[in-house]
Amino acid sequence: MLYREAGDFKTSYVADNQTFPIKFDRYGYYFILGFAFLVMPLIINDYWANSIVVPFLIYAIAALGLNILIGYCGQLSLGTGAFMAVGAYGSYKLMTAFPELNIVFVIILAGFVTAAVGVLFGLPSLRIKGFYLAVATLAAQFFLIWLFTRTAWFYNYSPTGMISAPERFVFGQAVTGPRASAVSMYMICLVFTVATAWLARNLTRGSLGRQWMAIRDMDIAAEIIGVNPLMAKLTAFAVSSFFVGISGALLFTVYLGAAEAGEAFGIDKSFLVLFMVIIGGLGSIFGAFAGAAFLIIGPVLLKLLLVNGLGWPTDLAAHLEVMIIGALILVFLIVEPHGIAALWRTIKEKLRLWPFPY
Amino acid sequence: MNGQGDAMRDVATDEGYVTADGRKIGGVAMEMRNITLRFGGVVAIKDISFDIRWGEIRAIIGPNGAGKSSMLNVISGFYHPQEGDVIFKGYKRPKMRPYQVARMGIARTFQNIALFEGMSVLDNIMTGRLHHMKANLFQQAMWWGSAQREEDANREQVEKIIDFLEIQHIRKTPVARLPYGLKKRVELARALAAEPSILLLDEPMAGMNVEEKEDMSRFILDVNDEFGTTTVLIEHDMGVVMDLSDRVVVMDYGKKIGDGTPEEVRNNEDVIKAYLGVAHE
Repeated sequence: MLYREAGDFKTSYVADNQTFPIKFDRYGYYFILGFAFLVMPLIINDYWANSIVVPFLIYAIAALGLNILIGYCGQLSLGTGAFMAVGAYGSYKLMTAFPELNIVFVIILAGFVTAAVGVLFGLPSLRIKGFYLAVATLAAQFFLIWLFTRTAWFYNYSPTGMISAPERFVFGQAVTGPRASAVSMYMICLVFTVATAWLARNLTRGSLGRQWMAIRDMDIAAEIIGVNPLMAKLTAFAVSSFFVGISGALLFTVYLGAAEAGEAFGIDKSFLVLFMVIIGGLGSIFGAFAGAAFLIIGPVLLKLLLVNGLGWPTDLAAHLEVMIIGALILVFLIVEPHGIAALWRTIKEKLRLWPFPY
Repeated sequence: MNGQGDAMRDVATDEGYVTADGRKIGGVAMEMRNITLRFGGVVAIKDISFDIRWGEIRAIIGPNGAGKSSMLNVISGFYHPQEGDVIFKGYKRPKMRPYQVARMGIARTFQNIALFEGMSVLDNIMTGRLHHMKANLFQQAMWWGSAQREEDANREQVEKIIDFLEIQHIRKTPVARLPYGLKKRVELARALAAEPSILLLDEPMAGMNVEEKEDMSRFILDVNDEFGTTTVLIEHDMGVVMDLSDRVVVMDYGKKIGDGTPEEVRNNEDVIKAYLGVAHE
């Protein structure tokens, strides 16, 4: 009876169009936001930040970006890892070229650089679709990583071939570099995650989002009713790459601190984010978060359970962890092919009527 | 070529005329001039000319494979004829992509429903208003302000169409869940949302039962009445065509075999031959 929409009437189209039309949802969302901004900074420690919360937030941004491309616009991409690398190397070059520039702007600019690269590699989408497009984006993955490992300019001719993030401050707090505290790392990632989620929601509920979905659902009909396929697809690539670039920049500057293209942004990253999107739910903002949570927090929780809870040896637990996560993915896809978001939606529909379904 | 199109022009002068039921038909909105469309060696449309007047309901009929849908695809810019011109609002239309044609005010529905199955009814219809929405990517990303105002203004227009077509109750339903007849109606709504100057309907009544056909006929007439929308209609149900349309083009094997009012067409010998077959002496 807690979760209901009866009596929750809308008297304007603005009210009808809001993100959480049901009051209960809205308060839940405010509560989560309040908790994340006010309570989490007080209780977070290094372990929580490094192994769970920060990677979850960063990958949630990447999943949001890829979800716009695949889930909303229907363009398959396997180049996410490379686009994250563009964000990372872009932020590195900007940080070293303009040491005075605030890290927040560096990350946003890195996002724009990635957007431009994304548009470039999105051009084939005008001609090819589906799996063939996926293969074309795979070319981006290999080419860009090759470029970043072979061209010394990108890593400022450092002898190791690695890039490492210098220390940068926001409001006097170190957010990158070895002295960055758990709280400041967490806060900068949280701000970026909330901001990108808000942008993604705005873009997908408006005219542009409808154009993307129209292209996804039936591209020929979309063109005949007035969608410019060139614009729709390239904006999807741009926006998606912008988010992925921000995620890559955060991953490198805040989380990893030092990275090497082939190792940190290989094809396994592309697949990881793709799995997040598919498991979380295509075409859903919530799904991006759910998928990231499942694949980032899931293994950690499992490890805690196996090693700390059941007292198993660490190496055995590590192997079993991979197997169990793999099996869970399969189970999920069989039970609910549309992802956790669809499962969540079904639960909500049921809850709406509970406990009097008639 | 036969002379019937020209004969028609003598009856209806360029200033237009008033129909028996008092609707005002204007001058020529669009003229198809000697259109020929080939796919490789197959000639789909052979040297066809006809015109569409403002405010009229113009039907294109003909047996299967006559080239009716190809004709509609030429009008909506999906096919580009090898020969001939499309004259729209007095100007020769250059070769355009379909979305550009749509932006000039030509909306259409499809023979096999082409709705966006993953979206709600409301979103589908809102997509039809695409070229009435001008907010750019950054305004939309920020949402508050111009993008939101624009969204609401357009939503209001869409709600009018939803009321008009009596689909209020399914507004938020995903299209994939709707029955066939309603899908057809939503598709009409999506086309109407564009506020088109010419509305193309490709077999709007295909596969419907009598009641649904009656509803759809009523909507087509109401749309024409209320908004004065020029309508081009392809339909197989002869009763519907003869009742609804002001003028009819008859096609067979890619050629035009008749053009005129429903009565004229009904009495045209070529048309009777095409539909009933030729008597072998």
